[in-house]
Amino acid sequence: MSRHTLSVLVEDTPGVLARVAILFSRRGFNIESLAVGPTEVPQVSRMTIVVNVEGAPLEQVTKQLNKLINVLKIVELDPDSSVQREILLVKVKADLETRSHILETVQLFRAKVVDVASDAVTIEATGNGDKLAALLRVLEPFGIKELVKSGAVAMARGARSISDRPVRSADRSA
Amino acid sequence: MGEQSTGAQITGAQSLVLSLEAAGVTDVFGIPGGAILPLYDPLMDSRIRHILVRHEQGAGHAAEGFAGATGRVGVCLATSGPGATNLVTPIADAAMDSIPMVAITGQVPSGAIGTDAFQEADIRGITMPITKHNYLVTNPDDIPRAIAEAFHIASTGRPGPVLVDVSKDALQALTTYNWPTTIDLPGYHPVTKPHAKQVRDAASMIIAAKSPVLYVGGGVIRANAAVALCKLAEISGIPVVTTLMARGAFPDSHPQHLGMPGMHGSVAAVGALQKSDLLITLGARFDDRVTGKLSTFAPNASIIHADIDPAEIGKNRYVDIPIVGDMAEVIPELVMALEAEYAAGNRGDYGAWWALLNRMRETYPMGYDLPDDGTLSPQYVIERLGLISGPDSIYAAGVGQHQMWAAQFIGYENPNTWLNSGGLGTMGFAVPAAMGAKVGCPDKTVWAVDGDGCFQMTNQELATCAINDIPIKVALINNSSLGMVRQWQTLFYNSRYSNTDLESHRIPDFVKLADAYGCHGLRCESPDDVDTTIEKAMGMNDAPVVIDFIVHRDAMVWPMVAAGASNDEILVARAMAPDWGSDD
Repeated sequence: MSRHTLSVLVEDTPGVLARVAILFSRRGFNIESLAVGPTEVPQVSRMTIVVNVEGAPLEQVTKQLNKLINVLKIVELDPDSSVQREILLVKVKADLETRSHILETVQLFRAKVVDVASDAVTIEATGNGDKLAALLRVLEPFGIKELVKSGAVAMARGARSISDRPVRSADRSA
Repeated sequence: MGEQSTGAQITGAQSLVLSLEAAGVTDVFGIPGGAILPLYDPLMDSRIRHILVRHEQGAGHAAEGFAGATGRVGVCLATSGPGATNLVTPIADAAMDSIPMVAITGQVPSGAIGTDAFQEADIRGITMPITKHNYLVTNPDDIPRAIAEAFHIASTGRPGPVLVDVSKDALQALTTYNWPTTIDLPGYHPVTKPHAKQVRDAASMIIAAKSPVLYVGGGVIRANAAVALCKLAEISGIPVVTTLMARGAFPDSHPQHLGMPGMHGSVAAVGALQKSDLLITLGARFDDRVTGKLSTFAPNASIIHADIDPAEIGKNRYVDIPIVGDMAEVIPELVMALEAEYAAGNRGDYGAWWALLNRMRETYPMGYDLPDDGTLSPQYVIERLGLISGPDSIYAAGVGQHQMWAAQFIGYENPNTWLNSGGLGTMGFAVPAAMGAKVGCPDKTVWAVDGDGCFQMTNQELATCAINDIPIKVALINNSSLGMVRQWQTLFYNSRYSNTDLESHRIPDFVKLADAYGCHGLRCESPDDVDTTIEKAMGMNDAPVVIDFIVHRDAMVWPMVAAGASNDEILVARAMAPDWGSDD
C-alpha cells in the first residue's frame, strides 16, 4: 500500500461531496483524509484526497472519479514536488512547572499558542503529517486533553497552476 | 448558450412536459402519486403516451425494454418516497447493463425536504451509486436544462440511467420555458474517436496472432455497431464469441460464430478464449461470469481492449493495447487499419486455429438430454419457440435457467432482439421489459421467456398489457421451482432443496391467472403439443397470451463453469469434462 495525494477539481454543486464519498465507499477505496474548499475560480471547489492504495487500484480511483459528471479534473501530486499541509489544534495540560517546557516545544516546532487557561494551553501547528506527529510525540508526556486535525491540503510547487497540468488519469493509454 | 423560449408564463409541470416533448419522448411508463400529481395534469394534454403500470418496478423495466429494443432513451415516472424507491431495482439494472434511461420522480415540496415528510425519500442520495448522474430540481427555471442534460448524459458515452427528482413546488410554481439548444457539461466529454496509433498497433497485433478471438460484448449493440462488426469478422476471418449481453450482435447462423462464452457458454466459445493468444475485446468488460477464476482466464492471451468507458480498461484484466472509443468508430477504423495491412501483403494465418476450434465445435455442440419419462424438456420448448417465432421476434428473459436456455437455444440474427438482465440478474425483468419492447416496436412479435419464479414477481403488468393493447406473448417455463437455485443445490448442496420448491404446478393456476388478467391462457404439458400451442399463440394478437409450459424440473443448464472455478474446468454435463484435444 502506498499513499497518494489527489487534487480534484469539482463543480461546486449540492451533493458533490456525497458523490465522491459514495464512490470511494462503493468501490472499496480507503480515504486517509479529504479536505474540500473553494478555489480561485468561482463555482469550482478543490478536494485534496489522500488515499492508501496500490498502483492499479489508484488508476481505478482516478478513472472512476473522472466518470462523475461534476468532477472536472484530477491531478496526482508528487510529494517531492508539492507542498502538503495539515493543521493541528491540541489542548495540553500545563501547570506552572510544565508551562515553560511546553512553550519551548512550541517554539521548536514553529507552532503557536492560541489560548491559555490556568491549567492548559491550546496550540496551533501547521505542517506535513510527519512534523505534526513529531510534535504530538513531544507533547504527549505533558498530557493531551483534546486534539483535532484537518485533512491535508496540497499544491504543486513552481509557477504552473493546476489548470495548466495534464489530467492524471491516462484516458487513452490506460 | 442558446435557448429556445416560448416566453409565456407556465407551470414547472407544463415546462417539464414541454421538455420531454423537446427531448423526443413518445412513450413513458409510470404511476402518479401526491408529489408528481402536478405533472400528470398537463401530461393529459400532451402527445406523449403515458402507460399506467401496476408497480413502479414495472415502469422501470418497461423503460429498459423500450430502450433495449429501440435504442432510444426509455423513460419512467414515479412519485416521491415509495414510488421512487420502487424504481431503485430497474435503475440499478440499467446501470449494470448500460441502458439509456431517464427516471423522473416527484419529490416533496422543497420546504419539507429533510423533515421526514410524508412519502419523503432522499432518492437522489439513494440512487447516487446506481445512476450515471442524477439531479434534484427545486427551481422551476432549472427544469428544461436538467431534462436536456439528463437525456444527453443517458444516451451518450457509455449509456446509463439518469434520475431527475423534481420537488412538488417546482412543478407548481410559474416559470418560463427555455429549452437549451446547447449542452455545456465541463466535466463530461466522452471520448468516441479512438487513438489512431492504438488502432494501428492493434491491427499489427491481429496480423501477428496465431489464435485470435473477437470477444464481443453488449457495447457493440449499444453503439449500433453490429454491421461494422460483421465486416471486421469477415475480412479478418477471426472467430467470434458473443457474451450474454451481446447475443444478436453477430448472427448465430454465421459460420465464424462460436456462441456464448462464460459460466454457461459453449465449449467452443469458452475453449476459444482459454486457448487464444489474442483477445480482441470489443465493448465487453471481463465480467466474472465470463472470465471464471480471473487468474486462469485466457492465460496465454494478449489483450486488445476497446471500450467507450476508460474505467473498464484494465479494471479486471491487464491490457496490452487499450483503445478508448465508441464501437461505432473503433470497429470501422480497425477494419481500415487491417485493410491497409492486407494491402501491404500482411495477413494472419489462422488455419490451425480454426482446425482446433472446429474440432471442439463438432465434438461438443450445444445440446440437451430429453427426459426419460416423456415429460416436457424446457430446452426443447425454448428451441422450438425460437424456430417458430424466428429471428425477427424480440425475446425478453427473466433470470435463471430459462434465461440461459433462451440465450443458448434461440438463434439470434439481429441486435436489439435479445433483452435480459445480465449484470444485476433481476428476476422479474421479462414481462415488463417485453411490454416496453412491444410499445417501442408494436409491429414485432415480442416474447417474454419467463420462469415461474420470475413471473410471479412482476406479472401484474399483464393487466397493463391487456388494458393498453400491448399484446405480448409469455412463454412460461414452469418447472415449479427456483430452477437455477435448485440446480446449485443439486450440484453443491447435496440435493438438499431448501426453499426452492414453488409448487407452481399447483398454485397459482397460470391459465386462470392469465384469464383473470384479460389475457389468453394456454397450457402445454406434452412434447407433441409444443408446436401447435406456440403456433396458436402466434395467431393471437388481440390480447396478451400466456403459455404455461409444464416442464421437467430436473433439467439443468450445461455446460457449466462453477462460480469461482477456472474456465478450464468447464463441464459439459455433470462430472463430464471435455477433452480439449492435443493441440494445446
